[in-house]
Amino acid sequence: MTKPNIHTMSILVTNKPGVLVRIALVFARRGYNIDSLVVSPTVNPTFSRMTISAKGDPQTLEQIIKNVNKLVDVIHCGEHDLTHSIEKELALFKIKASPAAKAFINKHSHKFHIKINDASESHLIIEQTGTTAELDEFEGLVKKYDLVEMVRTGKVLMAKGREST
Amino acid sequence: MTTNPSKTTPVAPMNGAQALIQCLENFGVEYIFGLSGGAAIPIFDALVGSKIKLILVRHEQGATHMADGYARATGKPGVVLVTSGPGATNTVTGILTALMDSVPIIVLCGQTITPMLGKDAFQEADISGITMSIVKHSYLVKETNAIPRVIKEAWHICQTGRPGPVLLDLPKDITSAPFTGSTLDPEMDIPGYKVPPKPHKADLIKMANMFKGSKKPLLLIGHGAVIARASQAVKKLAEKLNAPVTNTLLGKGAFAETHPLSLGMLGMHGTAYANKALINCDLILSIGSRWDDRINGNNAEFCVNAKKLHIDVDFSEINKIVKPDAWMVGDAKEVVEELVKYVEPLDTKEWLIELAYYRQQFPLKYSNDKGLTAQYVIDCCYKVTQGKAIVTTDVGQHQMWAAQFYLTDHGNDWLSSGGAGTMGFGFPAAIGAQFGRPGELVVAIVGDGGFQMTMAELSTAFVHKLPVKVLIIDNKYLGMVRQWQELFFENRLCGVDLEGNPNFAKLAESYGIKAFHIHQVDHCYDLMKEAMNYPGTCVIHAEVIKGDNVFPMIPAGKSAHHMIIEPPTKKLEKPTGST
Repeated sequence: MTKPNIHTMSILVTNKPGVLVRIALVFARRGYNIDSLVVSPTVNPTFSRMTISAKGDPQTLEQIIKNVNKLVDVIHCGEHDLTHSIEKELALFKIKASPAAKAFINKHSHKFHIKINDASESHLIIEQTGTTAELDEFEGLVKKYDLVEMVRTGKVLMAKGREST
Repeated sequence: MTTNPSKTTPVAPMNGAQALIQCLENFGVEYIFGLSGGAAIPIFDALVGSKIKLILVRHEQGATHMADGYARATGKPGVVLVTSGPGATNTVTGILTALMDSVPIIVLCGQTITPMLGKDAFQEADISGITMSIVKHSYLVKETNAIPRVIKEAWHICQTGRPGPVLLDLPKDITSAPFTGSTLDPEMDIPGYKVPPKPHKADLIKMANMFKGSKKPLLLIGHGAVIARASQAVKKLAEKLNAPVTNTLLGKGAFAETHPLSLGMLGMHGTAYANKALINCDLILSIGSRWDDRINGNNAEFCVNAKKLHIDVDFSEINKIVKPDAWMVGDAKEVVEELVKYVEPLDTKEWLIELAYYRQQFPLKYSNDKGLTAQYVIDCCYKVTQGKAIVTTDVGQHQMWAAQFYLTDHGNDWLSSGGAGTMGFGFPAAIGAQFGRPGELVVAIVGDGGFQMTMAELSTAFVHKLPVKVLIIDNKYLGMVRQWQELFFENRLCGVDLEGNPNFAKLAESYGIKAFHIHQVDHCYDLMKEAMNYPGTCVIHAEVIKGDNVFPMIPAGKSAHHMIIEPPTKKLEKPTGST
C-alpha cells in the first residue's frame, strides 16, 4: 500500500526544451519536494510522459495539478490512485556476496519477484520489480546484508481499462 | 527588391529579424518600447524603415511598464525589445508586474549567438531560465525559420485566456541568418494550450439558483471584468439583481464607481461601507477577482455566512483561496451576459438602506487642518478632470488615496500595479497609455519614492511631446511603510525618510518640461486646473503634509471585522499577514 500522503501524477507533455524545469518550478515555489520523477517516451513521438510522486497536503497538490495543466507545453496532468491504475518500479541492490546473503535471496526470491542480475566473487546485484511499497519492504530487509549501493527508477503507472493515463 | 507587407507568401529575401518585424507589422503592432544593445542590433536594424515606431526608453524597466500601460489602456498587447544580459534582466520587474496583473506583453530579448550559449559570453544571461516562473510562456528560439510560428504563438498566448507576458530569447545568429521559410503565417503548434470553453447552461442554472432567497447579495468585481470588457454585462446583472457592487483595486472602472449601487473599492484600504457589506452579505459573487489577500486577510473569517460564487477565466483560481459554492470558468463577459438571463430580481431594499447608513456613518474623509493633504490634491485632480482622465499610479499611500478619491467609471481607465505592487510603474505606464490613446488625458499619480525609480523616462515623454501629466504626491517619506512603522512598530522609523529628494520642478525643467508647484491648500484647485489644461507634458509637484496615514485600514492577515476606521488611540498588535 502507498502511504496516504504520497500522490502520483501522470503528465503528458510536448517534447520542448525547458518543460521539465517549468514543471519542477510549480513544485519548488510551493516548497514541495518531488520524491520520484520518471520521464519516458510515449506512443506519439512528439509527446513525453512524466510520472511524478510527491508528498504533501491535498489542497496544495490540487493547486499544483491545476498550475501544471496551465503550462503551455503540458497536454494533460492528472492524479492517479491505485484502484484505477497499476504502478511499477524497478530497483537494483548491490550487496556483498556471502553464503548468508545468498540464502536470504533464495528465501525471498518468490515473494519479492527478485533475481540475481550479476554475480561476481565479491558482490551480487539484485534486481527487483514491483510496487513502490514492495520495493520499500525488500529494501528494509536487504539493508541487513551489507547493502553497498541502491538504484531505483522511480514509479511509473498506467490507468486500467479504457481510461487513459 | 521590395517587400509587400500585406503578402505573407511568397516571402521576399529577408533575415530572421526582418521576418520577426514583418510578422509584428502584420499583427498591427504600432509601437515597440525598447533599448538597444549588441545582441539585439539585427532586430533594431530591421526596424529601420518599418511601420512600427520604436520608442527609445532610458531604462528597460521603463520599456516594460510602457508596454504594460499601453496594453492595459488599449487591450492590445504591448511589445518590448531589449538586448541580452543586463538589458534582459532589467525587464524582470516589469514582467512580474504584467504577470501578477494578467497583462499581455511580449518581451523580445537579444541573446548571444547559439554556439556561445552557456559559455559566459559577453552580456550573456539565461533570461529564459531567469524568467521562467514569471512568464505565461517563453521561447529560446534556436531556428530562424521557426520565428514566424513562435511570434504567432506568443501573440496568441499573451492575450487569450488569462493574459500574461510572453518572452522570446533571440540569439543574434538566429535573427541574422536568412529566413528561408515559405510563409510568415504558419500554423501554430501548441496542442497543450487551452482557452476556456463557452459557459454551459447547467452551470449557469446552478449559479443562478444560488441567488434565490438572497437578501444581502454583493457583487465583487475584479480585473478579470476589466480585461474581458464585461462592464455592460456587469451593469445589467447588478441592476437586474438590485445588488450592490464593490470592486478590487484593479477592478476599478469595470462598474462605474459613481453608480448608485457602487460601494467603491473594498479591502485593506477600501471604503468602510464596502467592507461592512463584505461582513454582512449573505451571498458574494466574484467576477474576475482572485480573492486576493488585500481583500481576504483571513480566510477562516471571510464571508463565513455567505454563499460564495466565483467566475474566473483561470481554473487554478477556483478553490485556491476560497472554496466556492458554485463556480464557472470562462471569460467574464461571456459568462455574465449569459448569467443575467437566468437570474431573477431580488428584494434588496433593506440591504441597500443598511448600506446607505454605513455610507453616511463612515464616509471617506480628510481634513486640511494641518496643511495640504494628498487626499485634497487628488480630489482637486478628480474634480478638475471631471473623473475623465486615464489614471496610472505607483504603489503606496498615494495609490490608495487615488483609488479612494479618484473614482473610475470606465474599464481600462485605471492602471495600477496591484499584484506585484511595483514602485516606479505609474509614470512609464502613463507614457504607454498615452501612446495607445492619443488625445485623451493621462495623469500619472505617483509618489516621491516611486517616481524617482523611473523618472529618467522624462526624456521619453519630452522627446515624443506626450501631454502626460505627472502628479507627484510628495510627503518626503516612503509613506506606507512609515505608516506601518508608526502603527505597528512603535514608530521606530527605519529606511523610510526620503531626505535628499530633488527639487522636482527644477528637475522637470532641466528636461524642458513644464512644472507646477503646489504647496498650499488655497491655490491647489486653480493650479491643478492650469496644469491639467496645459497642452504638453507637465510635472505637478504637490508637497503635502508628511505624517498622514491612510484609513480605513484592515491590518494584514485580519478579516474585515478588524477594520480601523479612525486613527487608533491605543497600540496595535503586529500584523500576521505577509505585507
